[in-house]
Order: sequence, then C-alpha cells, then structure tokens
Amino acid sequence: MSTLISTENNRPISSYLFKRSKVRLIGLLALPMFWIVGVYIVSLFLLLITAFWFVDPFTSLVRPGFTLENFISIFTVQAYLATSLRTLLIALAVTALCILFAVPLGIYMAKIARPWVRNLLAVAITLPLWAGYLVKLIAMRLVFSEQGFFNWAMAPLGIRGPGFSIPIVILTLTYLWFPYMALPVFTAIRQIPTNLFDASSDLGAKGFFTIYRVVLPLIVPAIIAGSVFTFSLSLGDYLAARFTGGKTQMIGSIIASNINLNPPVAAAFSMVPIAFVVIYLVVARRTGSLERM
Amino acid sequence: MKAGKLAKISLLAVSVLIISGCSGNNSGVSIEVPDIPMHEALGEFEGELNIVNWSGFVEPAWTDKFTADTGCVVKPRVAGTSDEMVTLMRTGQYDIVSASGDAALRLIVGGDVQPLNLDLIPNFSDDIAAGMKGNIYDTVNGKPYGVPIGRGANLLQYNEDVTNGAPESWDVVWELDTPYKGKITAYDAPIYIADAAVYLMYHNPELGIKNPYALDQTQLDAAVALLKQQNQIIGEYWSDVFAQIGSFTGGNTVVGTSWEILRKFAAKENIKTTLPIEGSTGWYDAWLVSSKTKNINCAYAWMDYTSKPDVNGAIAMNFGMAPANIAFCSSSEKAQAHCDEFFAEDEEFFKKIWPWTTPIETCVDGRKDVKCTSFQEWTNAWATIKG
Repeated sequence: MSTLISTENNRPISSYLFKRSKVRLIGLLALPMFWIVGVYIVSLFLLLITAFWFVDPFTSLVRPGFTLENFISIFTVQAYLATSLRTLLIALAVTALCILFAVPLGIYMAKIARPWVRNLLAVAITLPLWAGYLVKLIAMRLVFSEQGFFNWAMAPLGIRGPGFSIPIVILTLTYLWFPYMALPVFTAIRQIPTNLFDASSDLGAKGFFTIYRVVLPLIVPAIIAGSVFTFSLSLGDYLAARFTGGKTQMIGSIIASNINLNPPVAAAFSMVPIAFVVIYLVVARRTGSLERM
Repeated sequence: MKAGKLAKISLLAVSVLIISGCSGNNSGVSIEVPDIPMHEALGEFEGELNIVNWSGFVEPAWTDKFTADTGCVVKPRVAGTSDEMVTLMRTGQYDIVSASGDAALRLIVGGDVQPLNLDLIPNFSDDIAAGMKGNIYDTVNGKPYGVPIGRGANLLQYNEDVTNGAPESWDVVWELDTPYKGKITAYDAPIYIADAAVYLMYHNPELGIKNPYALDQTQLDAAVALLKQQNQIIGEYWSDVFAQIGSFTGGNTVVGTSWEILRKFAAKENIKTTLPIEGSTGWYDAWLVSSKTKNINCAYAWMDYTSKPDVNGAIAMNFGMAPANIAFCSSSEKAQAHCDEFFAEDEEFFKKIWPWTTPIETCVDGRKDVKCTSFQEWTNAWATIKG
C-alpha cells in the first residue's frame, strides 16, 4: 500500500492520514489519552474504589466488599466533620488572602511601576517557586518558632507570634500558593487598556471606585483561575499543618495517618476535597465566570 | 448493678490469680495464630536478603562482613513507622523485618511471619537481656517468632530551665491544670493510647487495667477521654523526630514523650529526660522472618550474625538504644558507657516499662471473660482524638 501512495505523492504519511480522519484523530489523542485515562484516571479509580471496602478487624488487612460505613463516618465522627469544615475554611481564607495581596500588587506592577521595577517584582514573585516545597515549610517553621525570627524581630514592639496554630498554617499556605494567584491577576490587569482608566477618571470616578467598577469585573476570570489553584492546593495539603500547625489537623492529615492504618477511610476522605472543588467549580460556572476564562 | 460490678471485680480477681499463678512470661494467654511450620535445618545460602528496617539498623559497617562471610547480598529498605513496616511485609517482597512489638503481634496473628527455630541461632544465648526474651509481642503460645535487637523507653523529656527540676509524674502532660499548657508534645500514633492507659493504671485503679495493651471497651473509652482532655492542652503531636527535636530546642515544647536518643540529638544542657512514677511504655525491636521468604537460610544467618555482641552493640550504638546482647557492655569502656546511658543491664528500670504490643481481641493480660479492643479499634479511636 505504501508503494501505491508513494507513486501518487512523496509525503505518504500525510496523505494516508488525510484520507482517514478517524486514524488521524486517534494518532493525535493516543498519547494524552493514555496519560489521562491509563495512568491518571485508572490509578485514581483504584484508590477511590477502596473507599467501599472493609478492613478486617483481626488482621487489619483490606478486604474487597461494599460498605458505605467509611463515608458515613465522615459525617458521624465529630472529629472528621470538624476537620473537613476546618480545612474548607482554611482553604477559603488562603484564597481570600491571596486575592487581597494579588490585586493591588497586580495594579501597581501593570500600570504604575517602571519596567525595571516590574521585572524585579515579577522575579520576586516567581522566585519562591524555584525553592523546594519542604524548604519553604521548614523556613516558615523556623521563622515562627518560639525563639525564631518573628518573635525576635517583634520583641521591641512587645508583639509575640501566635505559635504554631491555624493562623500560621493559613500564612504558610498563602506564602506557598501566592504566585499561582499573582501571575494570572497581573497578566489580566496588563491586558486592560489604559484608556479605560482615563475614561473612568474623566467620568469622575476616584481610584478605589475605578478598581471596584472597572478593574475587578474585568479580572474575575483571572481571579477564578488563580483561586482554583490556591483553593484546591490548600485543600489537599497536610505538611503545612504538620510543620507549622501545632496540633491542627487538615483533611490531608487524616488521609496521611490512615493510608497505612485504614486505607478505606483514607480513600473515602480523599473524596471530600474532590467534592469541595466540584462544588466550587459549579458555583463559579453559575456566576458565568468560567465562560470568560 | 452493684452485684454485677462485684461479680466483675471478683471475676477479675480470679483471672489475675490465674495469670500470676502461671510461671514465666504470659504462658497463660493462648492466641489463635495461623499454623506455619518452622525451618528445620540450615541449607545453602540463597545469595540475597531483603530487609525492612528502622533507619540505622543496617549499615555497610557490619553488612559488608556478613556478605563476605555468607555471600548473602543485603538489600535494606528503611521504613518510617511500624504501620509502614506491616504494609511492606505484607507485600511478600521482603525476607526479614526489624519490627517493634506494636508491629510484631499484628504480623504474627496475620500469618505474615513464621515461628523460629532457636537451635539454628547459637548467638541467641544467655547473654540476651532477660527482659527481652519470651515477651508476649513476639512469643505466642510458647513459640518464639522474634530475635531481639534492642530496646528503648518512652521517657518524659523536659526543659529544665522552665520546669526547675524533673517532673515526678506524667500529670504535667495529661491534666488540665498543667503549667505547660500549649507547650506539650505527644507521640502521633494509635499506640500512644497505651501511654494514657499506663497513667490510668496508676491513678484510676478502679478501672482495673492490668496491662495497657489489654483494654476492654470501658477501659479504652477512659483512655480516649484522657487523650481528648490532653488535646485541649497539647501544642504538637510528633512523628517526625527532627521536628520534635526542633520543638524542644526552639522552645515551642517544654514537656512531652521522647526517646533517650532524641535527647542526645537535642544536645542541650537544659533538655533532660526522666522516668516518672507511673512507669512508661517502650519499644522492643526484634527480627521477624516473613512466612513467604525465599531466602530463609540467609535470614537465619543474619539473625545469628546480628546477635553477636559486637554486631548487636554496633547496631545499638548507631541507633541509640539498649543492645539485646549485654555481653557487648563489658567489651570496652565505651560500650559500658553506652550501656549505662541506655539502662541496658538495668532490668529494674525496664520492669517499669511496658513493651509496645499490638492490641488484639484476645486480652494479653489473660482475661477470658471480656473481649479486648483490637488495634483497628485503637486506630479508629485515635482518629477521633485529634479532632
């Protein structure tokens, strides 16, 4: 067959694919589909299915079967329910804090700063991404330990840090995920034409009113995109809580401590962040922000 | 009601009599285990040995000679927790494990490890510390499953600058009126429930706890209530040893459970350890051989080799624990100093220590009238404590 094609045309593969649209599509998608379905979905499915399995009380071995007990425990065990809600609130707080920092910084970088300051800030924001995740966690732990940098620096003002607790976890996660919010917000603000600010000013709007009525509506898609990162990454994290949270438990802590002891409970719990993110995306879709992304 | 309680107490008294009547270690307790045959005679070395071990147990300093002697190439895999060890051993890919007691009994009852033929291990001799032989966590129904490696106690570590002297009792980490609220640390694993039970054993004798690893439902509930109370005053749960050391040296933690070796690593004059009046729990590590092993002769050779005074001592010094073979102690001045520091020959000290043992449904204190809570129930209870 190849000789047949080559007599007509000196690009055999192209002309073969040109005539067969299905083969073309398969060729295009084979690799990504193998990755998504074969590696990603299947392994996730294998994990999630154990959520319906039992643990043999005698030997602690996992046995296949069907029970909803693991899911029911998420709602009936008070500690589990409290941990889920706590994790949700921490993730929301981290997202809110990231937005609060990213918007003014983005406006300054995109519209006010000189080019070299802008470049410097862009490097400063992305710089933490170059350091290892654990390095950043340990750094935060050292800063906020009892005899650490924060208490030392604030001692002249009579201020003492809260010690390892939920506020420090929120601060640490904000530090970790801030670039994921700052970069899309900055890019979105850069794309706002400068004459919109002039027009707003001509119509008598002051600075904050312009931000509220002109800038914010235009960058909502960027904020949503950034918040998907900050929110979902915070939901799944457990090392920040372990290193900087004192006794603070998050959903990830429960999964991590059960992964060897009680895999079905760990699997059931890994559904909780998934549920939260799906709900979050559905709400975002309802507001119409996803279409504009 | 009252009569029922009385009946319970008298039953308990009878069972206590039964246990104390039995000579030796726990021979009164019979536990249902899968019937696995033991190795009868040594054969040819298979050429390799896959080990699951604690960090520091398997080092080239002593494996090189073993490999040169036997031809068994050692392939170690370090595990971080007992639970990880159990999971790894259940894959069937490993021949031998340095299990602590809280993993050992789980593996024995699950049929994952085999009984041992001590005649094939000549170095398992009278030099092995008496307190490490025949304990319930690795000797079931009279059959030995483990060869002791070393042991250590879970001690109360404190910052003397803050406490002004050693606390006499564990109450500083359990009671709400502790002066160190928010600066307390506890071990982050279900087996820590036993530490609550040890405290209750001393202060609430009416609960009738005779062994912190044999808790019926009422006793477990009491221990869990105490742990929930501790949760209100705790600063941090530790599982990462370096985080724990940092918490003590950084001032975030003032009192809490620790190991002698962690105090040494903290390397500060004001960080000290003590054994409070209630006694404590401890970890006793032993080699256990997989029931699915293909390298049985290498495994036996390894257990015999590591039971030699010098090799056993090298492991104990490297890890920071009391060696099982106390003949090591008199071998040099340095060895003696190590043994003294870790109470290796001090059986009186270790009499106050309850070796980690997996809780199982059969009460390991010999009670037959009640069902004890299993490790699975401890795991579930532990999850509810930290909230």
